[in-house]
Amino acid sequence: MRPHFDPGFLAGLVFASLVAFFLVGPVILSVLAGVTANYQRGILESGITLAWLGRVFELYAPTIALSLGIALATLVATLLLGVPVAYALAKAPGRLARLAEEALVMPVAIPGIATGLALILAWGAVGEFRTHWTFILVGHVLFTLPFMVRSTLAVILAAKLPALEEAARSLGAGFLARFVTIVLPNASPGILAGSLMVVTLSLGEFNMTLLLHTPFTMTLPVGLADSYASMRLEIGSAYTLVFLVLLIPLLVALQWAADRATGAPRRP
Amino acid sequence: MTTPIRLQACGFTHADGTCALQPTDLSVEAGETLALLGPSGCGKTTLLRLVAGLARPDPGGCVLFDGRDVTDLPVERRNVGMVFQSYALFPNLDVAGNVGYGLKIRRVPPGERAARVARMLAMMRIQELAHRRVDQLSGGQKQRVALARALAVEPAVLLLDEPLTALDAKLREQLRVELAGLLRSLRITAIFVTHDQGEALALGDRVAVMRAGRIEQVGSPHEIYHRPRTRFVASFVGILNLLEGEVADGLFRLPGGSLPASGVAPGPAVLACRPEQLRLDPSGTLAGRIAAAFFLGDRTRLVVEGAAAQPIVVETVAAAPRPGEVVRLAAEPGCPWPLPPA
Ligand SMILES: Nc1ncnc2c1ncn2[C@@H]1O[C@H](COP(=O)(O)OP(=O)(O)OP(=O)(O)O)[C@@H](O)[C@H]1O
Ligand SMILES: [Mg+2]
Repeated sequence: MRPHFDPGFLAGLVFASLVAFFLVGPVILSVLAGVTANYQRGILESGITLAWLGRVFELYAPTIALSLGIALATLVATLLLGVPVAYALAKAPGRLARLAEEALVMPVAIPGIATGLALILAWGAVGEFRTHWTFILVGHVLFTLPFMVRSTLAVILAAKLPALEEAARSLGAGFLARFVTIVLPNASPGILAGSLMVVTLSLGEFNMTLLLHTPFTMTLPVGLADSYASMRLEIGSAYTLVFLVLLIPLLVALQWAADRATGAPRRP
Repeated sequence: MTTPIRLQACGFTHADGTCALQPTDLSVEAGETLALLGPSGCGKTTLLRLVAGLARPDPGGCVLFDGRDVTDLPVERRNVGMVFQSYALFPNLDVAGNVGYGLKIRRVPPGERAARVARMLAMMRIQELAHRRVDQLSGGQKQRVALARALAVEPAVLLLDEPLTALDAKLREQLRVELAGLLRSLRITAIFVTHDQGEALALGDRVAVMRAGRIEQVGSPHEIYHRPRTRFVASFVGILNLLEGEVADGLFRLPGGSLPASGVAPGPAVLACRPEQLRLDPSGTLAGRIAAAFFLGDRTRLVVEGAAAQPIVVETVAAAPRPGEVVRLAAEPGCPWPLPPA
C-alpha cells in the first residue's frame, strides 16, 4: 500500500514549524549565547563552555535557593488556605458563594504592579517585614491563591463530592474522617494541578516581585533581570538556561496534571 | 437486630420555601419492608433523608427508632444503611475498600474487617470483583457493591432510594427477585423508594403511596391494589378503567350495553374496574369493538372501543381476537366498583 500523501498536511506542518521557530527561536539563541565562550566572536569561533553557568551559580545561588524556598512556602500556604476555601465554596449554597467564585479571577485581572504597590502601601512601614522574604511570600500567596482555589473547586464540583460525603456520613464517618478519606483523595487531581500551577507561577512571577524585592530578597526572574542589566550578556543568557531547566519540567508536569484533573474517566 | 421506625408530624421545607413534604406520620414495623411509591418529585427522597438523618424535619417533627427519639442524632450516629439513587460509590477506593469503609470508620480490626467484607461480597456474589475499581463496574455490579457497603456495618435499618431504577429491564427483574429474598432473609427494617408500581407491590410488605408531599394511603400491596382509598392511588397503581354511565334498576348502563351494579345509588355515575376484572364472554352484556391488541407474552392486552365513552382495557390469556372484531364482555362479581373520592 502506498503511503497516503496529503499536500494540505504538509503545508500545515511547514506553517506550524515556522510559527514554532518564530516563537522558540529567540529563546534558543539566548540559550546558545549562554554556552558560548565569547558572544562577540560567535559560538563557532570561540567554542562551547559551561563556565558561564558556573558563574551564574556562584553569583546567584542564594537567589535561586530563595526563589525555590518562596515557591515551596507559597505552595504550603496556598494548600492550607486554598483547599479549605475551595471545599467551603463548593458546599456553600446561595448567591454569595457564587459571587466569591467569580471574584477569584480578580487578582489575575489586576496588574501585578498594582498589587505590589498596594502591599507596599499597606506594609511598607512595618519595620523588618519590608526587607524580610515573607513580604514577597505574602505577595505570591495573594497572586497564586485563586489558581489553587479554582483548580481544586473545579475537581470537587465535577467529582460529585457532596453525594460521596453523604454516603460516607451514612457509614458513620465524621467530618475529619471523611475529609481525609473521601474529600482529599477525590480532589487530589485538582490539588495537584493547582500545586504545580502555584509553584510555576511563584517561580516565574516578575511584575510584582520586582517592586517587592530588596537586594537581599531577590527571586529567580528578578535575578535574571539583574544579570542582564549588570553582567556580561553570556551570564544573563546562561541564567536563562538555568531558568528554563527549572521551569520546563514544571510546565510539562502541569500540562499532565491538568489533563488528568479535567480528563474523562481516569485510567488505571 | 430489628428496629421499628416511627415518624411523627415530619414535614420538610427547603430554604427557598418549597414544601417538599407535608407533616407526615408513618410507622414501619420491625423487620418490615415498606415501599414508598409515588411519581417523580412527590417527596420520596425527602422522606427517606429525614429517616436517615441527612435532613432535619421542620420544627415539631420527630423521628423515633425503636421508640427512641433520634431527631437530633445526625446520620453518622443513626446506624442506617443507605443505598443512594446514584449509588455514590467512592471512586478512590476499590470494591473491597468501598464495602469495608464503614467497618474501617468503626475501627474494626483489619483481620475481622477483611473477613466481613469477604462475607458480604460472597453474599452479593461479587467475590471476584474485590479489587476492581468502581468505575470499571457494570450498573448491576455497582448496585450490588452499594448494597454490600450499606449492609456491611449491620445497620439497624436499611434505606434504599430507587436502587433498581438505573438498571435495564431484564437485570432489574433479576435483582428485584434477589433483593426480595435478601430483605426477607435478613429481616431488617427497610424502606424502599420507587416510582415503579410493580416493584413496590412485589417488594413491599406494605406500600405507602405518595403524592405531592403527602402519603395518600398505606396498606398491604393487596389493599393498595384492590381497595384504593383515593382516586389517585387507584389510577397510579395498575391500570384502571373509568366507566361513565347511568345506574338504574341495579344495572350500570353504558353506550355498549350494561354491567351489573349492585349497591350503587341510581343516577349518573363513574365506576371503575381493573383489566383482569373483565373477561371476554360470548354471553356478556357489554359489546365493543377491538381497537388494538398488544401481545405481552403470557397474555394479550386488548383495547375495546364503543363499549364505554372511553376505550376499555381488557386482558386475556386465550387466543386474542383481531382488531376490528366485535366482542362481548362480562364482569367479575363486585365489578365495576364506585370510585373513591378524589
Ligand atoms: N434544593 C431544593 N430546593 C427547593 N426545592 C427542592 C430542592 N430539592 C428538591 N426540591 C423539591 O422537593 C420536592 C421533593 O423532592 P424529592 O427529591 O423528595 O422527590 P422524589 O419523590 O424523590 O422525586 P424523584 O422520583 O424524581 O427522585 C420536589 O418537588 C423538588 O422539586
Ligand atoms: Mg428521589
